[in-house]
Amino acid sequence: MTVTVHYFAMLRDATRHDRETRTTTAATPGDLYAELAQRYGFTLPVGILRVAVNNAFTSMDTRLREGDEVTFIPPVAGG
Amino acid sequence: MFELSDKPLHTGALRAAMTPAPAAGALVVFEGWVRDHNEGQPVASLTYEAAEALCRSEAEKIFAEAREKFGISGVRVAHRIGHLPVGEVAVWVGVTAAHRDAAFQGCRYVIDELKTRLPIWKKEFATGGDARWIGT
Repeated sequence: MTVTVHYFAMLRDATRHDRETRTTTAATPGDLYAELAQRYGFTLPVGILRVAVNNAFTSMDTRLREGDEVTFIPPVAGG
Repeated sequence: MFELSDKPLHTGALRAAMTPAPAAGALVVFEGWVRDHNEGQPVASLTYEAAEALCRSEAEKIFAEAREKFGISGVRVAHRIGHLPVGEVAVWVGVTAAHRDAAFQGCRYVIDELKTRLPIWKKEFATGGDARWIGT
């Protein structure tokens, strides 16, 4: 399955990409994050992230589908 | 109404855009400014970045909640992205309501929820040149 992953803030610094299209066997965003953490050496634990799929917030154990756009949301600091 | 801007915010224009509102008897405005220190460390400037589509939909949810909880009549938010020096306006929140209690409470609710829920990130640059993402 192929998905597009969007990176912001500290995750973008770690990957040096705004986004990437990735072929993966991960079934869920949580699995995908584990795979990416290994690839890029992410130090943020998955428990402090939120995730959005196709621009809607969802859970880390939702089912990924072909073509999904996945955005991992590290801890925010607006305002 | 929610907007992200990579240019300085014009607070007079933002306020003017809250009117006309004949049924409103109160406007409460909150401005967040870039401060020269954070957690005891000097701050020279900072950058904000945002996941724009997600910000927009989440802001609309927050506005709907504020209308529901406090009966506010109008709400407008502008948030900066990009590089900001000390003293710049980082966020502007305006809330109108028939009476001041609802306007104060609604404004407080909107800024508090925005800070914890909108996918916006802040990188602080210290006067010495060190930079760090806030929130980790």
